[in-house]
Amino acid sequence: MTAFITSILSAAIVYAVSILYAAVGEIFSQRAGIMNLGIEGIMLMGAVSGFLTVYYTNSLGLALIVVILVGALLGLAFAFLTVTLNADQTVCGMAFLIFGSGLSGFIGKNVTGIASAVKFEKFEIPLLSKIPVIGDIFFRQDLLVYMMYIIIPLSMLYIYRTRPGMILRALGENPAALDAVGINVFGLRYAYVMFGCAMAAVSGACISLSYTNFWNEGMTGGKGWIAFSLVAFSGWNPAKAALGALLFGGISIIGINMQIYLPGIPSQFYGMLPYAATIAALILTTGSFRKKHTEEPAALCRSYDRESR
Amino acid sequence: MRIGTVQIEKRQIVPPGIRILNSVLFVLLALVFSSLLIIAAGFNPIAVYAKMISYSFMSLRGLNGSIKAGLPLMLCGLSVSVAFRMNLNNIGAEGQYAAGALLGGWFALFGPDMPAAAKLIVMFLLCAAGGALLAAIAAVLKAYWNVNETIVTLMLNYIALLFMDYLCYGPWMAPKQTSAITEQIPKDMFLPNIGNTGINSAIIIAVVMALCLYLFSRYTTAGYEIDVIRNSVKSAEYAGINVKRKIIAVMIISGAIAGLAGFVQITGIVHRVQAQLPGGNGYTGIVVAYLSRFNPIAVIIVSILFGGLKNSCAAVQIMGVPSQIATMLQGSIMIFVIAGEFLNYFKLTLNREKHGPGRLQDRSDMPGLKEGCKGKENYTEMKGASR
Repeated sequence: MTAFITSILSAAIVYAVSILYAAVGEIFSQRAGIMNLGIEGIMLMGAVSGFLTVYYTNSLGLALIVVILVGALLGLAFAFLTVTLNADQTVCGMAFLIFGSGLSGFIGKNVTGIASAVKFEKFEIPLLSKIPVIGDIFFRQDLLVYMMYIIIPLSMLYIYRTRPGMILRALGENPAALDAVGINVFGLRYAYVMFGCAMAAVSGACISLSYTNFWNEGMTGGKGWIAFSLVAFSGWNPAKAALGALLFGGISIIGINMQIYLPGIPSQFYGMLPYAATIAALILTTGSFRKKHTEEPAALCRSYDRESR
Repeated sequence: MRIGTVQIEKRQIVPPGIRILNSVLFVLLALVFSSLLIIAAGFNPIAVYAKMISYSFMSLRGLNGSIKAGLPLMLCGLSVSVAFRMNLNNIGAEGQYAAGALLGGWFALFGPDMPAAAKLIVMFLLCAAGGALLAAIAAVLKAYWNVNETIVTLMLNYIALLFMDYLCYGPWMAPKQTSAITEQIPKDMFLPNIGNTGINSAIIIAVVMALCLYLFSRYTTAGYEIDVIRNSVKSAEYAGINVKRKIIAVMIISGAIAGLAGFVQITGIVHRVQAQLPGGNGYTGIVVAYLSRFNPIAVIIVSILFGGLKNSCAAVQIMGVPSQIATMLQGSIMIFVIAGEFLNYFKLTLNREKHGPGRLQDRSDMPGLKEGCKGKENYTEMKGASR
């Protein structure tokens, strides 16, 4: 029984990490006031570019660099449209979603379904993996998972305990005020959107280089949307996003396993749970019946235009 | 701003001619950009484009295929443009399409036996109701609790699609089938083709819907009120428009139209319900609506063009080009047209005068304004004193 539970939890962590990169990136991007609906497309671009690099060079380090660059480049284009040209963010997000899924399928056609020679392998962390149960769950994972253990506390520290983090939060609440005190609103939004997209691309790489070791068209299979929903679910908070990701990961892994024990409930209903939970969480945390200030950035989805201030 | 003798001005109202010219220009730029990607993949872009155009639009058979592929897009595009006109980001056309298809499909598959016309009418209404119901959830949440409608409609998409998956893989799955499809709907519910053109009569539904929406937004009070709400919710409330009720009404109409995409697809094209029936048309509908500037008549035309793009995949696949080229082109066209949008708001004129036109007046020395400011100061002072 313990072995069963550890295997489920360990798999839930792998699942959680593959959406957490994108979710944490999107939290930064949305905290800066830019909603990027194109995560799924950018994840696919990350997945295919990472896989192609590994396929031709067998170098995982190089692949990670390429993935981050591809993500940042797409982020640059997205920021140009939404920050400089003040384009509608919903429409832009859709454009990137469609472009990303089309282009990734286009350039990855020749390597579809072929396994690469290397992938991020799991390794044990010396002492820590010896802890019973916990060691098996948390410390027998791959590099991308361990990196996430560092990213979550760092991003919490950054957002809530540093001056740039405070500026980031203000960026999504009241960019005009920041502009008035001489902070470069446009530059910062560019930076955070690019960071968000780079993280989304790494999320994609998690799927093609660690979860599996092949590329398939549309292989993210809606994980980008789960990452997107996680942002609202978590109340724009990376630590809560991590818990949420584990919960969603757990649900989906259990959903697969429960088919064996509870054939009465079809797997699709487990699949619906994250989305239903997000709607519920969104109502509870941002509904206007609440007296408290909501975590949803007030300037989210609004482009900042100096002339119409 | 002036560069040499060229004067750059901002404008508020963009003439339709400029809009169309601008869109065409940036679509061409998108094709140039995509041709670089096509070259990188080792194909000749001119040959690929020529093949796509000649296959989709130059023959009657190809054109029929393009219209067929564009049919659900038309209704999704109309649905999105209704909501977006009021700044309601309903990105749930995909799910509303699925919900409509499920409710209408349920009736078509398992409903009582009735005359064909009656069955079609009931199914039409049920499809609209299915889409409207799903949209109503997001609408009520938005109107009363100001919950972000973008996220809610998106989440509902997945819930509806998964439910569709469940039905098509489970209780509705046709026996002796390996894929997730149901039985065919009764033959008398198939919508016929128009004459012997090969174009399905379902297109009439889309065109009539577009005309109605156009007339509605142009000539009715409600249509005008929606324009007011788009421009400023505060002034709409001040003018006594019931914004909450408008949000709910517009979302329900938008959802109902998306639900009708299900009707069109089931009765006109596939004749059954299947998993993933919307197949991304709900999302592409957003692209179509945006490219048409939310103008219902333009939605019909752009849908046929996008249908053609989708349709031409088969032709270029023979040349070895991956079929994903269509999706890639759709995406890049959209990105470029969005980027070109800002150019609409600038007017370039040649200016031979030496001095600037003096449009920007220094308003600070206008007597009326100064008085106004003073009055306001006095008012605040008084308010302070009374406190």
